[in-house]
Amino acid sequence: MRYAMAVDTKKCVGCSDCVVACQTENDVPIGYCRDWVVEVTDGTYPQLELEYRSERCNHCDNSPCVRCCPTGASHYGDGGIVKVEKHKCIGCGACVASCPYDARYGHPEGYVDKCTFCDHRVKQGQDPACVAVCPTKCMYFGDLDDPNSDVSQVVKKRKYKTLIPEAGTKPQLYFLI
Amino acid sequence: MREELIVSGRMNPMIDPQLHIWEWHIPAYLFLGGLAAGIMFFAGYFTIKGKEEQYPTATKLAPIFVPVLLVLGLLFLFLDLKHKLYFWRLYTAIKLESPMSWGAWTLMLVTPLSMVWAALNIKTLFPKWDWKFKVIDDALDIIKTYKTPMAWAMVILAVILGIYTGILLSAFNARPLWNTSILGPLFLTSGLSTGAAAVIVLSKSKKERHVFAKIDLLLIAIELFLIVHMFMGFRASTQVQIDAAAMFLGGQFTAPFWVLVVGFGLMIPATLEILELRNKKIPYMVAPVLVLVGGFAFRFIIAYAGQMSRWLY
Repeated sequence: MRYAMAVDTKKCVGCSDCVVACQTENDVPIGYCRDWVVEVTDGTYPQLELEYRSERCNHCDNSPCVRCCPTGASHYGDGGIVKVEKHKCIGCGACVASCPYDARYGHPEGYVDKCTFCDHRVKQGQDPACVAVCPTKCMYFGDLDDPNSDVSQVVKKRKYKTLIPEAGTKPQLYFLI
Repeated sequence: MREELIVSGRMNPMIDPQLHIWEWHIPAYLFLGGLAAGIMFFAGYFTIKGKEEQYPTATKLAPIFVPVLLVLGLLFLFLDLKHKLYFWRLYTAIKLESPMSWGAWTLMLVTPLSMVWAALNIKTLFPKWDWKFKVIDDALDIIKTYKTPMAWAMVILAVILGIYTGILLSAFNARPLWNTSILGPLFLTSGLSTGAAAVIVLSKSKKERHVFAKIDLLLIAIELFLIVHMFMGFRASTQVQIDAAAMFLGGQFTAPFWVLVVGFGLMIPATLEILELRNKKIPYMVAPVLVLVGGFAFRFIIAYAGQMSRWLY
């Protein structure tokens, strides 16, 4: 079982509903966010290109954050979801330094927090909050090991990219381009 | 032109507007740890070589300060933690792939060892020291017979202590300035150099000071070599590392690094030590104090500049 998410950059309008849904669903402290929307403008007028990406923790297969955690607080959960066991976290910040995507942040209570692919919802067969709420339905989530899941199908059919592949992290957040 | 913005807005602690996980506590510990490693290395090495009488400061006096340095360093590390009540979790797991875990366990071994070594030699600093409990005197008499194995342990653990902090930083490939395999050896050399400088400061024997000045000179030469090659490596690497190096080659850290760390911390002490070894009259304290200040500044600058280097946006 290998959970992954795909975001269709051609359909994302940058509304940031995914950001708000995540904050609501996961009781994220005010002013913090576990996911964010990046707007990319490329080229010189009139040859301009625009891309929107809803980014979050990439739940990497070869994640540096799990590797560098001295207490084992950062670990792989079911389906490869990277999670933080807050009662093991000492707040040293090593995982925050190791993430090339800046996906982690310091929770006010002291431990390090980040996107969890809403694993409490996934366990009950639902999609993460961001995927469920998207008004353009541009987000897909599922099991990459299941050839019939949404995400497997879309990754097979469309061209995609991942962020900073050269960092060797094997991210599981695919941006359809 | 290419512009990437976080259009939904993000101002998360620790990562925005740039990574800021570590403040003064970490460079302070890096310096104290390196200094302790340097002193312990020379204490162990010259004890194994049987040169305790010739180099009493290196093998007996300077090591008395090591437990203080380590405890202070550990205190700073503890103060840096953001989830302090759980600090003990470091000792419920041995994570072989995490340099921070190696460090936690190495310190767990090194600190008591350095305390025992200091206890064995306490009379060098306090000649009238009385343990007040005969059982301690007896225990130390037994431990004294194991001095050579202890010295070997000191040498090996000192090298691990001195190098692991550099490896820890270099393992963060998300921070291009730190992501160089030269950083580990560079930290070790810097730590040994500050250790040699500390011996010179404390020593009352001209011969011992000369020997350690020669050792320090060699270590400074190695450090300069490593620094030059580190920057050559960055310049020959990917764009993120070229950008990281640019902070030091024209950017905001250019003056502090090349003047304070390389100029005052390495080249001037080296020049003074060469002149001293040619029997020119130089007050011997100047060079080692500059080395110590330069060593501290080096770790400070690398810790702060590394947090500013990034892959994204």
